[in-house]
Amino acid sequence: MHFCYIIATVANDPGWFDVERLPTLIVAVIAIAIVLYTTYHRSSREKFKVREIPALKAVEEAIGRATEMARPLLYTPGWGGDIQRPTTIASLNMLAHVAEKTARYDCRLVFPTHDPVIMTVAQEVVKEAYIRAGYPDRFRQEDISYVSSSQFAYAAGVDGMISRLKPASIFLLGTFEAESLILAETGNSIGAIQIAGTDSTIQLSFFIVACDYTLIGEELFAASGYLSGDRSILASVRAQDILKVVIMLILMVATVWSTVTFMTNGSTDGWWTF
Amino acid sequence: MDRKIAVVICFAFGLVMFAQYFSAHPLARSVNQTIADYWQIIFAFALIVGVVGFLNNNFQQVRKGQDRPFRLLSLAGFVIMPVLAMIWGIKTGTPFLWVFENVQVPMQSTVFALLAFFVASASYRGFRARSVPAAILLSAALIILVSRSFATGPLSDWLPGVAEWIRNNPSMAARRAILIGIGLGSLTTSLRVILGIERTWLGGGK
Repeated sequence: MHFCYIIATVANDPGWFDVERLPTLIVAVIAIAIVLYTTYHRSSREKFKVREIPALKAVEEAIGRATEMARPLLYTPGWGGDIQRPTTIASLNMLAHVAEKTARYDCRLVFPTHDPVIMTVAQEVVKEAYIRAGYPDRFRQEDISYVSSSQFAYAAGVDGMISRLKPASIFLLGTFEAESLILAETGNSIGAIQIAGTDSTIQLSFFIVACDYTLIGEELFAASGYLSGDRSILASVRAQDILKVVIMLILMVATVWSTVTFMTNGSTDGWWTF
Repeated sequence: MDRKIAVVICFAFGLVMFAQYFSAHPLARSVNQTIADYWQIIFAFALIVGVVGFLNNNFQQVRKGQDRPFRLLSLAGFVIMPVLAMIWGIKTGTPFLWVFENVQVPMQSTVFALLAFFVASASYRGFRARSVPAAILLSAALIILVSRSFATGPLSDWLPGVAEWIRNNPSMAARRAILIGIGLGSLTTSLRVILGIERTWLGGGK
């Protein structure tokens, strides 16, 4: 009854839909439709090739190196994001695959974080990965730890871990801010193999310079599908490419249209200006 | 079963949050605010877990004799700051603020200041003109660097214009391409989680 009352109240109120967000809704619905089609349509999932991503090919090498050198592997999701951020989710998805391999190779995995919620989820993800690999006894909960919520305290804490533990491989995957270069350069100074990826274009440039492999743009979000080979996940990665082509076509049409309008009217004002 | 419940909750909340974004209705705003409030409650409980883990780790390491000075310092900071705040408060002139301004802030500034040296060492490695793309990168970096320095005036009047063009055209084009990729990646990742296709965050499995 109460639910019906809410529905009736909402339906009778003209302010229930924000008209200014209509373009966003249209684009979102189209994008969601393409993702759903590629993910659930059988023939769409069957045959397509995924290009090689060097940073993801190097994951095995990085874990193998740490195992051979009998040194730990350090994985951190950065200071900038919380669990609600897609980048953090993508990072945790990749953590599961890395943890499964470290469990098999009996390589110590150290995961410092700035967020207690991320720490709790990461503990669960790593624990499940160790169980899946068949080595639950190798899981060390204390290695998935909360350092500090303060940016430079976190940077100093992780820097200290890198300097003292001297991990053979470092994964910097998630949302990073000013601490990115501090961590990457410290990792570089101890000679660790470093794989990095973030959604910040500013920090990406630092990673490209300081790390061995960098996941650029959407590569971080494709990592889970690439490493697991799950066709449903890879199909949604394919949707990204289709959407990219659509966006490129729209940009090209808009550029031509804008140029023609400018040449005929002397101004670029047109129908695309919201 | 517990995993299915988590997936259903995730789907329901994903749908609600998506729908409320397109509504200006007070009810939608109140839903958003309520969920944000509950998020704070969840965070507070998780913080307790994090802090307990932090204390456990430090005590264990102290007992084992590993990195003892660092661990003791962390534990001292953890105890001293709340005690000072509880006894004298956190206003101006209190011991808490004195420690904050004279210990914590300088330490944070020190870590931040390390960036200057790291930028220099990373640039030294990154800007070696070993190939054509690296040479182009080096030239662009030099132009931007000089355009931002006092040498711009004596050298040339057009250098700031060139630097501005580099920032607004090739650099911006590359940034936007990456941002479009990140946006699309975020969208598909969110959909995978909401629809239960990607369950790695739950520990994996179908």
